[in-house]
Amino acid sequence: MRPSFSIIFFTVLSGTGYGLWMLVGVTFSRLWPNCGNAGLSSADTETLVCLTPDAIALAFWAGWLLVVAGLVASVGHLGKPLRAWRAFSQWRSSWLSREGISALITFVPATGKLLCMLMASLQVADTDMGVSVPFWLDYRVSDFLGATLAFGSLATVYCTANIYSSLKPIHGWNNRVVVPTYLVLAIHGGLLVLWMLNTLPTTWKIGELREARWQLVIGLGVLLFSTLGAALKLIYWKQIDRKQTTTTADAIGLASLGSVRSFEQPHTEENYLTHEMGFRLARKHSRKLRMICLLAGFAVPALLALLSLLMPKLGMVAAWISLSSGLLGIFVERWLFFAEARHSVMLYYGAHQD
Amino acid sequence: MTSLPPPTARKLGLVIDLDTCVGCHACAVACKEWNDGGSFGPLPDADPYGSDPHGVWFNRVHSYEAGVGSGEWGVENARSEATSSCSSPTPHSLLPTPANVMSVHFPRSCLHCETPACVTVCPTGASYKRAEDGIVLVDEDKCIGCQLCAWACPYGAREFSAKRGVMQKCTLCVDRIYNETLDEADRQPACVMACPTRARHFGDLGDAGSDVSKLVAERGGYALMPEFGYKPVNRYLPPRPRKDGSAAKKAAIAEPIDTTQMSPLLRWVDRVLSR
Repeated sequence: MRPSFSIIFFTVLSGTGYGLWMLVGVTFSRLWPNCGNAGLSSADTETLVCLTPDAIALAFWAGWLLVVAGLVASVGHLGKPLRAWRAFSQWRSSWLSREGISALITFVPATGKLLCMLMASLQVADTDMGVSVPFWLDYRVSDFLGATLAFGSLATVYCTANIYSSLKPIHGWNNRVVVPTYLVLAIHGGLLVLWMLNTLPTTWKIGELREARWQLVIGLGVLLFSTLGAALKLIYWKQIDRKQTTTTADAIGLASLGSVRSFEQPHTEENYLTHEMGFRLARKHSRKLRMICLLAGFAVPALLALLSLLMPKLGMVAAWISLSSGLLGIFVERWLFFAEARHSVMLYYGAHQD
Repeated sequence: MTSLPPPTARKLGLVIDLDTCVGCHACAVACKEWNDGGSFGPLPDADPYGSDPHGVWFNRVHSYEAGVGSGEWGVENARSEATSSCSSPTPHSLLPTPANVMSVHFPRSCLHCETPACVTVCPTGASYKRAEDGIVLVDEDKCIGCQLCAWACPYGAREFSAKRGVMQKCTLCVDRIYNETLDEADRQPACVMACPTRARHFGDLGDAGSDVSKLVAERGGYALMPEFGYKPVNRYLPPRPRKDGSAAKKAAIAEPIDTTQMSPLLRWVDRVLSR
């Protein structure tokens, strides 16, 4: 399949953005241990924001940036971008439509949270925080918005992955590993961004103990998701490398006559089908590209995460290198995911096992 | 609405005879001509007379060499045999020989599947299957050009018009087959009308008594790649078995004749006729 950059940018950028929102959403919904479930009716602003580091708020904004940038890129793939709104109508049958709706719904808690944060930053200065807490600081609102943000983000990436994995003619996509891979890589990308943001100088002091705990959680998270991502990719490649047995003879239904060779193509020049579905370059270089993906995408971030857990002073440098290396790896992974995949229509053009 | 309609009784489609198709591309050209001006047209080409022509065709005719030992498999085997033994050519060489190879010309177009994925993946409702006759169509005023349907079709029936920004596909000449301004005999798809060897037949494959259904039953018509589960309506008729030259040759093999026993005249006749 032709690796179209609009789709690669969309799935990588929005995927990372939704990954961030999953992490941020879970944090907002106060799963963080010391956040406590007791009502936060006290005027203690520190408690009201649940003592999350600056990075979480920054990650929320970064999520916005990435998600919107990715969605804009995806519209670039359409032949008629102005009609994109029509894609919200067929959720009963189409994963693409479900993805659109899910993305749209996810903007509701994202916008809600954004407004709450704006209100809070405007109010904090001139309120003495009396007995009643305004709703935008109410922990229940934060809980709800965080949980829906995380769930909506998860659902959107799930739908994206299903667009591809539901297509039977494309053997490399119609695979059970595809959906988990999309989810894991989204969270992996999100973690790398969060890690980088967490090393930025902060104004909001949450105490050394908490900071150390956050660093530990993020570091372990990067380690875990690097390992998961690499494992899923290795399984996936092993599966798609299995030799396919379908031939041109099967495609035209004349396998009983023996083998079949195409001696004349229907057209002298490339057409839409051969252009879109006959991409071969990636398979030629797949070994090297897969290695780049594994090293840059997973090995480097995992090693640096481990190192910076042992040597916290590495912090910022390690996080920046991991982020750039990791995102490069994910881009290569996504490029390969499209470019390596074979479409059954190419059998008619005589592609046996090229 | 991209959810599929309930199974239809009428299943309009094509039956294509691979035995008589000569690969002349008349169907493809006639299709392009009609549909360029039909109600689903135009079918504009980019750079039509230049070095890189590009455009949508609903019909593509492939040409294959089929038969035991043909193709790469045979060539590979013959080659490895030649290199391994290095002896005189084996009498049962796997290289293609005229006796076991046939050309098959294979027109490829939309199969108007009963459960097509190209319809259900459409996010806008532009792609739909008609409840009344099962024809699969694209509403070009709703299509956003996401091209997901082309990916979803294993048969390559859909082509994206870069010029128009929408997906286009075979309409089974829906603007001909119900067209009351045409003579009744002409209410057939353009490809069927144009075929010089009558290799294409149009009719209702849902009706067991129709001419096309009878033809399919008689000739063992088959659907393409049924393993995908999209249940194509169109059927292909396999090439009839070739008359194997060897049978005739066997009959012609001369009984042993001792010509020295014959009279000079008969010997001369035998010589002349044996030339």
